[in-house]
This record gives sequence, structure tokens and C-alpha cells, in this order.
Amino acid sequence: MATLTVPEPVPSPVEDAERLRKAFQGWGTDEKAVIAILAHRDAAQRKQIRLAYEELYKENLIKRLESELSGDFERAVYRWMFDPVEREAIMANVALKKNVDYQVIIEIACVNSPKELLVVKQAYHGRYKHSLEEDVASKTIGDFRKLLVALVSTYRYDGEEIDTGLAKSEAKILHDVIEQKIFNDEEIIRILSTRSKAQLNATFNCYKDEYGSITKALASESPNEFALALRIAIRCITSPKKYFAKVLRHAVDKSGTDEDALTRVIVMHAEKDLKEIKEMFHERTNVALEHAVAKQTSGDYKSFLLALIED
Amino acid sequence: MGQGLGGLGVDEEALVSALGKWRHQPEKRAQLRKSFAGFFTADGGFERFEDDYIHYLKIEFARFKNIMVLWAMHPWERDARWANDVLHKAHPFDIIVEIACTRSSEELLGARIAYHALFHRSLEEDVAYHVRENFSNLLVGLVSAYRYEGDSINEEMAKSEAKTLGTAIKSAGVRNLVENGEVIRILTTRSKPHLRVTFKYYREMYGKSIEEDLGDELCLQETVQCLDSPPKYFSKVMDETLKDGADKNTKDALTRVIVSRADVDMEEIKAAYHEQYGAQLEDVIAMKTLGNYRDALLSLVGQ
Repeated sequence: MATLTVPEPVPSPVEDAERLRKAFQGWGTDEKAVIAILAHRDAAQRKQIRLAYEELYKENLIKRLESELSGDFERAVYRWMFDPVEREAIMANVALKKNVDYQVIIEIACVNSPKELLVVKQAYHGRYKHSLEEDVASKTIGDFRKLLVALVSTYRYDGEEIDTGLAKSEAKILHDVIEQKIFNDEEIIRILSTRSKAQLNATFNCYKDEYGSITKALASESPNEFALALRIAIRCITSPKKYFAKVLRHAVDKSGTDEDALTRVIVMHAEKDLKEIKEMFHERTNVALEHAVAKQTSGDYKSFLLALIED
Repeated sequence: MGQGLGGLGVDEEALVSALGKWRHQPEKRAQLRKSFAGFFTADGGFERFEDDYIHYLKIEFARFKNIMVLWAMHPWERDARWANDVLHKAHPFDIIVEIACTRSSEELLGARIAYHALFHRSLEEDVAYHVRENFSNLLVGLVSAYRYEGDSINEEMAKSEAKTLGTAIKSAGVRNLVENGEVIRILTTRSKPHLRVTFKYYREMYGKSIEEDLGDELCLQETVQCLDSPPKYFSKVMDETLKDGADKNTKDALTRVIVSRADVDMEEIKAAYHEQYGAQLEDVIAMKTLGNYRDALLSLVGQ
């Protein structure tokens, strides 16, 4: 469930656009006003505001926000402004700059349903005049390329049917390969990237019954980036909310806040399922997410995140 | 009667009239069986229909029924079934390359959706599971492609990738090329307009078309041909299928190509065929096929 709260009755897009305009005028920006409006509007409403603003002031609202705001706050608001599909296409593109953030690519490829992933890829075509696959492929090499391209290209069967015999045999294949620490074996990539989610869940259950936890098995002594990528993919496929709660835990670690991850999870889930993610976070840490975020962040960035998190 | 059979298709009219004439003349039918030495065995005084011949008749009659069924079917379902046949009936792998590379992005996606509905698996999972040859990764990449379909091309990138391909071709052992990461990347993810420009630069840089340099690499040559120019590729397939002595799979291509391309680029295929082989495709088809099957083909090919 979403944590986003929208006031009732909600002001008209024109009212919102006018108030935003006022917030930009004069020296500096009235950030509180920006947060008060934008952090409490859903995707459809934000779109209406963008249109109204453009119509009234002949200016792109997002570009204006980019110039008025700065730092982590600006990055968070920028990502928030887009509708979910466009946002994922943008996040994928951002993840492919310089050092590929494979975690984001895997999240987008594996958490979405097959149809949702397709829609993101279509948005990517429209925005970047390239396919997501070709950009992932050209920015990665070797085993990571094989894994990531396969994960983003797939259009998994969406049904619930499973073949238990196949689940057993593929669990064994996975086990054999993992046991020999050949994590980049083609069979792992084949199974993880082509089987339906239902089939994969059945396979991982067989694995658990026969051999124990597959993610624990992948966490070998020597840190192996590729094995880590596989674990992320498996977690995203089997239990995404738990996975995101974990990402948040790491993001608010005392040793240093990972603002990119924090922004990413909160912005992408506030109007989706942040409520459940919050609950899992609390269960695991005995600390409310709001509290952890308030402690590790500051200023307008903090206010904005809290406005999205609090329900 | 011999003219009614043999080659492609069956001249139903001739057969029917012959059969009708001999309704009350069993000796005539016996004579027919005797005269077809190759088809009937003299089994101790009793000429029976060779099993082969019955099978042969079924095939010939079936061609006509088949073309009607396929024509009526939705293109997505057709493609899904043809792909499935490659994996489960050992039809040639070229067919998968053909479907993956000559259909538009939306059509290929449609075939994958149809595959889900028909077989409760994804096309890529079946290809990945069943194809264990060295071109497996190429094939999986091709069927999984959701290529950008716009015109915008980066010339510098096309040039650089032409060079990448050239380097790979020069250094790879013949078998290894189809497993080469860069070759697979470029062929399975780039847009078709981009690839055509890349192939053009390849020709400029190396003096030969990339197809020539790929030699007989299984699936690789077909991939490049299909991506570069479907009409040219299909005209080649037509030439093979209309040759004398073509085997069943090759003959099947006639129906498959005509049915799948009638609504797409039949005119371009005819033009390419004429350019390559100096004959009109319709004329050759008319010569080599018979009966209702021929009529059906010719009406799809168009005058």
C-alpha cells in the first residue's frame, strides 16, 4: 500500500501551479510550499499540475524545479515528478552512466511484472531513441552483460502453472553449479532470466527443501560481485518488499547515508507499497523508518522524504 | 494421372475425373497401380498401395489444406507455432532466425505473447532450454529482442561497430564467431536501421559484404541476411524451395514464406527474385506447383 497522502479535497491543478509559481518568485525558493504541494499529489495529479503550469507560464515545471532546487532535495523531487513508468526508464538510463549501477537495472528488470517491464522499455524507446537492451549491452561486458541483458530482455510467461519435475531438476542444476562456485555458469543465467516467476519460486522452494537457502549459498566467503548480483535478482523475484526494506537498512547505516538508494526506494515506492516495506523495516530494526531517515538526513531533503513516508 | 501427382500439390480435378471414369472399372484401377512401378509393390498378385504412397498422397493433399489453415490464422499464432515446431519437431533453426529477424518489433512481441497463450511457456525459455548448439545464445538473444524502431542512427557508432565486427571476424575461429559476445550484442540488440548502416560501413571498410565473410556459419549468415534485407533473403529461400529434389522442410518453406509475406513485402520479394534469378516468381511457382495449392499460392503472390 502507498504511504502517499493527498489532502481532501485536493486543490485544482491551476491553484497548485499558481502556488508553485509564487514559491519560485523573489529571492530563493519557498521549499516548504513546494514540498507541501508536490509531496502530497499522486502521479495523475502531478501530471495535471505540470500541464497547468506549462499552460499558464509557458515554462517547463520540471526544468524550473531543477534550477530552483539543489542537492539531494532536487534529485529527489526531480525523480518524484515523473509518472512511475517514465521514472523507471529515467532511473535505468541514469544507472547506465559511467559506472553501471547494476543493482538498479536488476531491480527494474526483476521486480516488475513482465507487462510492467515491457511498458518501461517502451517508455525508454520513446525517451532515449534506443532500446534498454542495447544500452545495457553496450555499457557492460562479460558475465555482467550476459546476465543483465538477459534479465532486461526477457518477457516471462505470466501464468501460475509450474512443472515440479523441472523445478527439482533445475534446483539441482543450480546447486551443482553453486557448489562448484561457478557462479557465472550459463545455466544459472538461463534459468534465472527465462523461467516464469512462479516456476522460479517453485525451483527455489525445492532448493531450500533439498539444500538450504540459495541466497546464503551464494554468499561465499570471498566477496564475489557476480554472486551478489545473482542474490539481488533472486531476492527481487521472490520477495521484493523484504529486499527493499534491506536496501533501506543499508542506506541509513550509521557509517554513511546512501542518499541515492534512500531516494530511489522511497520515491519509487511511496505511491506503491512503501507501507509494507516500512513494516518490514521496523520488524527487522525495531526502529521506525521515519525515525531512521530523520536521524540520517537533514534540511529540505529530510522534510521531503518524511512527507512521502508518513502516512 | 501421373501428372496429377508429383511435385508440389495435387491436381484434384484431373484426379477426380480419372477416378470418376473408373468407378465401375476395377481393372482400370488395377492397371493404374501396375503402371506406377515405383509406387506400388506387386505383393504376390495383389498390388497394394505402398504405405509410402499413401503418406505421399496425404502430404500432397495436405499442402493445400495447410495453406488455407495458415492463411486464416493470426500471424502471431502462426509464428508461435512455427517456432514451437522448430523446438519440438526438429524443424530447421533458420525458421527461428527468420521469425525473430524479419518481423517488426511489435510483431515479434506478438508472437511471444501468442507463444505464452499457446504453450504456457515463454519462447525464450523454450529456446534456451532446447537449443544446446553453439548458436544457442545468439538465438535466445534474437527471439528476446525488442528493438528500437525509430530512424535515428549514430553514424560514428555504426562505423565503430562495423570495425568491431570486422575485428571479431578476423580473429575468431570459425566456430567461435557465433559465440562472440560483441557479435551477439550488436546483432541482437541494435535497431535494424542502425544495423543496415553498420553493414554498409563494413562493406566500405573491408571490401566485402559481411555475409561473404561469415561464410557458412550456422544461423549467423541467415541472421545478417534477414536483418539486412528480408526480400533478398526470402527470394533466396524461394529459389531453394522451388528447386527440383528439394526435401520436405525446404518445400514447406514455400507455404510459410508466401503466407507470412503476402501482406508484408511480396512485391519486394518478387522484385528481388527477378533481379537474382532472372525469372518471374509467379511463373516458376505456376510451373512447379499444381491444383488448388497452386491457385492459392498464386493468388497470395499476386499478379
